[in-house]
Amino acid sequence: MVRGVRSVVPILLSCALLNGCKSSQQTGAPAADPGILTINGAGASFPNPIYSKWFAEYGRLHPNVRINYQPIGSGGGIRQVSLGIVDFGASDDPMTDAQLQQSSHPLLHIPTVLGAVVPVYNLPGISAEIRFSPEALAGIYLGTITFWDDQKIVADNPGVKFPHEEILPVYRSDGSGTTFIFTDYLTKVSPVWAKQVGNSTSVKWPVGIGQKGNEGVAGMVREAPYAFGYVELVYALQNHMTFGLVRNGAGQWIKASPAAVTAAAEAQADTIPADFRVSLANAGGTASYPICSFTWLLVPQQSADATKGRQLHDFLLWMLSEGEQEAAAMGYAPLPRPVAERLKNTVASIR
Amino acid sequence: MQRGSGGVADRTFAALMLGCALSIFAIVALILGILILRSRLSLHEFGFSFFLRSDWDPVRGSFGAVPFIWGTLASAFLALLIAVPLALGVAVFINEMCPRALRTPISFLTELLAAIPSVVYGLWAIFVLVPIMRRSVGPFLKKFFGWTGLFHGPNFGIGLLTASMILAIMVLPVISSIARDVIKAVPNTQREGVLALGATRWEMVRIGVLRNARIGIVGAVILGLGRALGETMAVTMVIGNHAAIPKSLFAPAYTLASVIANEFTEATGDLYLSALIEIGLALFLVTIVVNAIARLLVFMVTRGNTARAV
Repeated sequence: MVRGVRSVVPILLSCALLNGCKSSQQTGAPAADPGILTINGAGASFPNPIYSKWFAEYGRLHPNVRINYQPIGSGGGIRQVSLGIVDFGASDDPMTDAQLQQSSHPLLHIPTVLGAVVPVYNLPGISAEIRFSPEALAGIYLGTITFWDDQKIVADNPGVKFPHEEILPVYRSDGSGTTFIFTDYLTKVSPVWAKQVGNSTSVKWPVGIGQKGNEGVAGMVREAPYAFGYVELVYALQNHMTFGLVRNGAGQWIKASPAAVTAAAEAQADTIPADFRVSLANAGGTASYPICSFTWLLVPQQSADATKGRQLHDFLLWMLSEGEQEAAAMGYAPLPRPVAERLKNTVASIR
Repeated sequence: MQRGSGGVADRTFAALMLGCALSIFAIVALILGILILRSRLSLHEFGFSFFLRSDWDPVRGSFGAVPFIWGTLASAFLALLIAVPLALGVAVFINEMCPRALRTPISFLTELLAAIPSVVYGLWAIFVLVPIMRRSVGPFLKKFFGWTGLFHGPNFGIGLLTASMILAIMVLPVISSIARDVIKAVPNTQREGVLALGATRWEMVRIGVLRNARIGIVGAVILGLGRALGETMAVTMVIGNHAAIPKSLFAPAYTLASVIANEFTEATGDLYLSALIEIGLALFLVTIVVNAIARLLVFMVTRGNTARAV
């Protein structure tokens, strides 16, 4: 009997201790942050660096507000904000009508910055910046252009001596906004691509190999001679990568830069619909870089918690006036002025 | 016989242990239940044909698991093909012919291999193994074994063969350390008996050691296979992630675990998400079927053993 009791006592004791800890935690938690409003967001990872900077800076200016952002991916962001798990979402890929209907509450698309995708390549012994026509880009990923000395590439690059080597197309194996921007562009410029493949965060690639993340694609292109890939402009700029020029809708050869990307949005400013769900791929305008897109915050028209709605509204106004100015330095293209002006009206309607 | 009463403690202990054992059933049932529940949209849409379709097109919402099942099985079995002879060689060497001074370092290093995180293997593969495959091993295989038809097509250093090689290195320590212990457990009388009959050293290893240890060795291989089937990170980094059935060992492929890791975060649309969870279900089923076959193999080997002993 004694033994039995002895062996039971520690179990009971530890249970009591655990319970004690639990209840003290429960009572302790709310007291930790009196008066600080926490707003939670989740979504796209592509704009995460600038969002983190904005939220940190806004938090410093407004000590009573803390905005948390989790870069869990666009798909997760759309799901969580639709279900009301987070206070706002973010996506590189605008929500479809069906997704908007499924959401438990009306959501607004707020474009924040623009991202662009650039072609990168590994051509040993060639230092010139290579020009890629839309047909060449589509052909490489459709598998119709398999050698570097293909006429579709050679014709646009007079003076460059291309080797007769097979191209290794590299794509993003993980679902990503980068892939969405790139395939959205290919869908617009190539009818064959539109019919065979289409645009999404992951697609059924006809040829090539997949690598994870910008770093995976860039690493593979750097390592493998005659490889070809696409990465985000921000990534290419930060890592000082050589990237190719692309011919835009107006027939100009453009090297990607934040300014050229903003120009693409500016050229289309008048035709952007009221809900800002628009594809900027292959925009007109002589200075526009054609492979680019907005990235959006997904904000409830009316937040369940009115204070949170108020704070989101204030933050977005701050972002449009102050935040945007920091974008270019980080490689993101800021919104063109006409778009930012229009956006202020939309933001004003957030409750 | 009983001093005092241990009855309560015994019963508590027994109940506790039973609880632990039952928790395994509960965990498996929960995993299976959630996988089926969350993939019901895809199960409903494609039915059983999901496991027979080879299309994976998120844009058109057409999903099938065949390329991934194929890639998973092919990479795992190729890995075993490379790793098993090597692992057995290591195990036999350590037990039968290794100088005492070398024994500890070799054992220690094999176990160290098991402790390296898979992402490190993946990085090593990208920066070391892939260039070697591209520059030396690939062209060599193409030149001398091209006639087999296994090595046609362009060789970029990335693909099924490279993934299998990195997997082989990763399962090697699992198989060799268990095989080493199993071989160690073979009684010395067996070895002495075979040697006394005038066997050479190789015959002694084959007849006296490997035959006696074969059940344990098959068990070691099963464990290695389990690791190879589920390995995600290192494989994703070098297999090429292309959802098509590879026509050559140089061609890129895709595994069940890799596609989940790659596409889950950005998957939009309920059917797409549901199909990805069904891929998880497929991996679960593949693991169960492969393990069942392996158990059957062990059973057959064991039966053969007792029959011969009688």
